[in-house]
Amino acid sequence: MISIHPTNTPTTSSSILEVSELCVTFQVRGTEAVRAVDGVSFTVRPGETLGVVGESGSGKSVTSLAILGLLPKRGVKVSGSIRLDGKELLDAPEKELQAIRGRRAAMVFQDPMTSLNPVLTIGRQITEVLLRHKVCTMADAPQRAADLLDRVGIPEPRRRLGNYPHQLSGGMRQRVMIAMALACEPAVLIADEPTTALDVTIQAQVLELLKELVAGSDTALVLITHDLGVVAGMCNRVHVMYNGRIVESGERHVLFAHPRHHYTRGLLGSVPRLDMVGSALTPIPGSPRDTIAWSEGCSFAPRCGAVTETCLGAAPSLEPTEEGCLVRCVNPATHEQSLWGGR
Amino acid sequence: MFKFILRRLLLLIPILLGLSFLLFVWVRALPGGPATALLGERATPERIAEVNRLYGFDQPVLEQYLRYLSRIIRFDFGQSITLRRDVTEEMLRRFPATIELSAAAMVFAVGVGVPLGFVAAKRERTWVDNGAVIASLVGVSVPVFFLAQILKMVFAERLGWLPSIGRLEPVRELQAHTNFNLIDSLIEFDRGAFVDTVKHLLLPGLALGTIPLAIIARITRASVMEVLNEDYVRTARAKGMSRRVVNRRHVLRNALLPIVTVVGLQTGLLLSGAVLTERVFAWGGIGGLIGGAVLDKDYPVIQGGVMFIAVVFVLVNLVVDVLYAVIDPRIRVH
Amino acid sequence: MATVQEHLQSLMGARAVESTGSSLGREAFRRLRANRIAVIGASIMLFFVVVAILAPWLAPHDPRVNTWFDQIRPASIPGPSGDHWFGLDESGRDELSRIIFGARSSLVIGIVSLAIGAVFGLLLGVLAGGLGGRIDALIMRVTDVLLAVPSLLLALSVAAVMGQSRTAVMVAVAVPNVPLFARLLRSSMLAERQKDYVSAAVSVGIPRRRLVLGHILPNSVGPMIVQGTLALATAVIDAAALSFLGLGSADPTVPEWGRMLANAQKYTNVAPHLAIFPGVVIMITALGFNLFGEALREALDPKLRR
Repeated sequence: MISIHPTNTPTTSSSILEVSELCVTFQVRGTEAVRAVDGVSFTVRPGETLGVVGESGSGKSVTSLAILGLLPKRGVKVSGSIRLDGKELLDAPEKELQAIRGRRAAMVFQDPMTSLNPVLTIGRQITEVLLRHKVCTMADAPQRAADLLDRVGIPEPRRRLGNYPHQLSGGMRQRVMIAMALACEPAVLIADEPTTALDVTIQAQVLELLKELVAGSDTALVLITHDLGVVAGMCNRVHVMYNGRIVESGERHVLFAHPRHHYTRGLLGSVPRLDMVGSALTPIPGSPRDTIAWSEGCSFAPRCGAVTETCLGAAPSLEPTEEGCLVRCVNPATHEQSLWGGR
Repeated sequence: MFKFILRRLLLLIPILLGLSFLLFVWVRALPGGPATALLGERATPERIAEVNRLYGFDQPVLEQYLRYLSRIIRFDFGQSITLRRDVTEEMLRRFPATIELSAAAMVFAVGVGVPLGFVAAKRERTWVDNGAVIASLVGVSVPVFFLAQILKMVFAERLGWLPSIGRLEPVRELQAHTNFNLIDSLIEFDRGAFVDTVKHLLLPGLALGTIPLAIIARITRASVMEVLNEDYVRTARAKGMSRRVVNRRHVLRNALLPIVTVVGLQTGLLLSGAVLTERVFAWGGIGGLIGGAVLDKDYPVIQGGVMFIAVVFVLVNLVVDVLYAVIDPRIRVH
Repeated sequence: MATVQEHLQSLMGARAVESTGSSLGREAFRRLRANRIAVIGASIMLFFVVVAILAPWLAPHDPRVNTWFDQIRPASIPGPSGDHWFGLDESGRDELSRIIFGARSSLVIGIVSLAIGAVFGLLLGVLAGGLGGRIDALIMRVTDVLLAVPSLLLALSVAAVMGQSRTAVMVAVAVPNVPLFARLLRSSMLAERQKDYVSAAVSVGIPRRRLVLGHILPNSVGPMIVQGTLALATAVIDAAALSFLGLGSADPTVPEWGRMLANAQKYTNVAPHLAIFPGVVIMITALGFNLFGEALREALDPKLRR
């Protein structure tokens, strides 16, 4: 399996985050080993927004946890390479990782209702990260925290510092999470399904907020989601993951215009579109459980409408397409077939 | 917060009323009636009739109850049949001994139990954890009076390392100010007495505290294990907080809630276990008094003792409730 | 196409067919059998019951007969020997036989007191949980009061009133169980009532009594059984505590573990075996019930992902 960068990446920009051949295997005693992430490679440049799309079980969340070193130690094997600004993270000692987390790389989690400590005030939870990374003095910390709350759009920030999480709504709590993550101005911000647990109306607001906050700064945003709608509005480049591997990747508008992998096409096909009123939605048949191991062929084969004999036997590798994307498929849709928007 | 405490204190009243009612009924359930409760079984019929008249036991029940209530409120439980002393006075004299013993046992149980449970939770499925689970199950199964006897047998009688009975060596004289020997010896600057008190506290405290220790360790382990899986612990780690800070500020503070509840409940176990332990070590507290009273059929003492201990138990649980609200801000809203 | 599909099927067919959900009970039973702790606990429990039932046939001698009184000297009481595996007690009786018959006494007291306590407690609990409203509030007040007194003291006061008899101990030990079972059943039922299937049933018109008796109660049974097992352990210990303090059967020759322990106090220097045997036996018996009860609790907990 070759790891190739998208050919349209200007070779002059250096990446802030380089993930190379990342493999994460879970092994609980007595059961089979599960390869949640199976040879994933990608890079992120400063200031860009990267989207990672996939269903649950595709390995996208595990990838993000692996980057920050938040996977449990027991029963988990991680191999490959993760370099943040040139520094290798995978074999770094815990003390160094602790200095990096929250400071150079930060994360926003999915469920704001459970991701905040219920017995500490909001202010404390923000100042705690400021003080730990020595970003400011103890005297300045409350003001900095209030400024952060203001930046993420929370009204009356000074008063809110003394509030407890249960006194805030879901949307506000997620804003607090974002404030905590950006407190030390990290180089990379990973957002793992940041809006999935929120009401639809709040979702748009929070995404707008994220977009605003990283615009014009060097902070790279890695947006992990199962929702293509989220990706469409926000990301420069997109990776589509299936069963632990990247199956398609490329620049956002190119990918959306010409999805070549049948899984990506399936994902797009199951999204309702305003300009196609009246036509039926085509969901992807089967479920994520109807899968075969990559060692036996293409994992998506059981659900793929275009499956051929060559799809079984060995895993396809990532190959470049004429539009400049990468696709992992021996029988992808042709350029003409893949044109989206003209069905 | 103040309103919270006040409201909880008010809730105490129906419980105490209910308790007094139960005891009222209880006394009248005795063979021979309430007069026997005051005089003992060997009372002559004349004495009984006299007492009935005196205390109004031949009056309508409601009147009796009200009179009884007025006595209880003034903490008047009558006279001990065997000791011929005022029950309340005797209780107050002996109470500090039981408190001292219970407090020592609780300090032991919490001081060892919580760290033990914490370590077991962090090292789930290792031998430390499995050992702790088994040890705590064994700890819960040991009868406290057996443990007390074994400890006494081994450490006091066989090895002679520690004294076997009493709170102080009989030859020692300690001026009784508060009846808390630890405090009194400090007041008197009597270092020898202090050390001696501690030596006497060790075995009974160990015996009494072992079962609560087992339970506290178990609940700590369960609670910490649950908290370790919570999302906010992951958030704290993702912020780069050091392990020690995560443990203290995020894990422990949230795990504390059920632990505090259990500690409150365990004081009940301590207070009742004191009855047994004090018997073995001839401790001289309320427990021993009640234990003896049961056989002597000294009903005023039993009545007074039960009421006393119940009040303490309820008050301790009130403190636990308040602590709960202090630890968990979500509870304060009510 | 056909061959590709067949090929796919053969690749996917290697996965085992998932079993359709088995009932909680069967699942629990399976987990229990595999759990070593449960097996140890159950064996101890079984052993205890068997010894208690077969006491007259297992005990080598009559526990109340002090034939060997002449072997007692002021400074020595015979310990374990070939004739008397557990030695003699302070009156010259065979200790082993006394322990065996003591098991019988403990078993009877334990079971009867548990039955009494559970029946009354569950009754109160069902009323509180099923009827709700004022009755619920009243019952809760009563349990509050009962729970305000530590359980041993509660048992002590009841026993003090009823005098010196085995029945007194049985009733006394039963009393603290009443509020525990009442509370447990009530909270189980309340939790069940919140569940969606109840609202669905009510909306379809199922009468309340059928709902409570036929659906809510059976689903609340699990925690009761766990509590019952653990309560047996407490009953054995509490009964022993009461007889240690002097309550219990009026006849001093009747063997009761607690009383044996109390009598042994005076002789710990010359005859430690008198204190060790009854104490260890109480401990092991209680341990058996506790081990099994805890294993049962884990097995029945649907949340536990093992």
